[in-house]
Amino acid sequence: MDLSLSTRTVGDRTVVEVGGEIDVYTAPKLREQLVELVNDGNFHLVVDMEGVDFLDSTGLGVLVGGLKRVRAHEGSLRLVCNQERILKIFRITGLTKVFPIHTSVEEAVAATD
Amino acid sequence: MATVELRFSALPEHVRTARLVAAAVARRAGVDEAVLDEVRLAVGEACTRAVGLHQSNGISAPVQVKLIEEEKQFSIEVGDEAPRSAPGEAAPGASGDPDIDAEEDEMGLAVISGLVDDVEVTAGEHGGLIKMSWPTTPPAALVP
Repeated sequence: MDLSLSTRTVGDRTVVEVGGEIDVYTAPKLREQLVELVNDGNFHLVVDMEGVDFLDSTGLGVLVGGLKRVRAHEGSLRLVCNQERILKIFRITGLTKVFPIHTSVEEAVAATD
Repeated sequence: MATVELRFSALPEHVRTARLVAAAVARRAGVDEAVLDEVRLAVGEACTRAVGLHQSNGISAPVQVKLIEEEKQFSIEVGDEAPRSAPGEAAPGASGDPDIDAEEDEMGLAVISGLVDDVEVTAGEHGGLIKMSWPTTPPAALVP
């Protein structure tokens, strides 16, 4: 399965809906998308991972890279994820402390802290 | 010999194939259904790391994956041919961003060691090997 990406704007947030598998082959596509959004001035990103079937460390690296980029502009990068097998990867790498992880896009969009 | 052996060109697009094959063989070997996600992720990480090492060292040899069904366990060995001057030390990379490559390499190993209880990472002048094992539940004996 390939990676699918779609973006939409909700208020001052940009929601990136990701589907499929994020691995060493597909992660560059996600990286390009995040870089492009930041270059276009979108500094408050919500990455919706509900449609993601697989995530590895390459994908984590891209998300961390995205976070670094938005932070350089005092922005934010929030994740939406309820899938235990994906959440587990964030936990074992300690990244749950780095990313705010929300249970719904609505919650992520409304979050301000 | 291994139950199933896989050799693939060191290209990112083939890592998914290795994941799928490993998970299929692990399932058949009796690895618990709940653990298959971990097997898939761990073998993907090991293969990703091997592909990265081959690419950054300009090694044209394939990455080797051995799936080994044993009596009470299932093992996966992922071997690369990137030479290291000291065990565990990554060879100097020649690709785009050495910092990012090194970070991702370490993150891959972090994920593997976080996921797999029984893991052995070795490296020498002829390459590296990651060996991971999971317990298996033997199929219930068939009544004749």
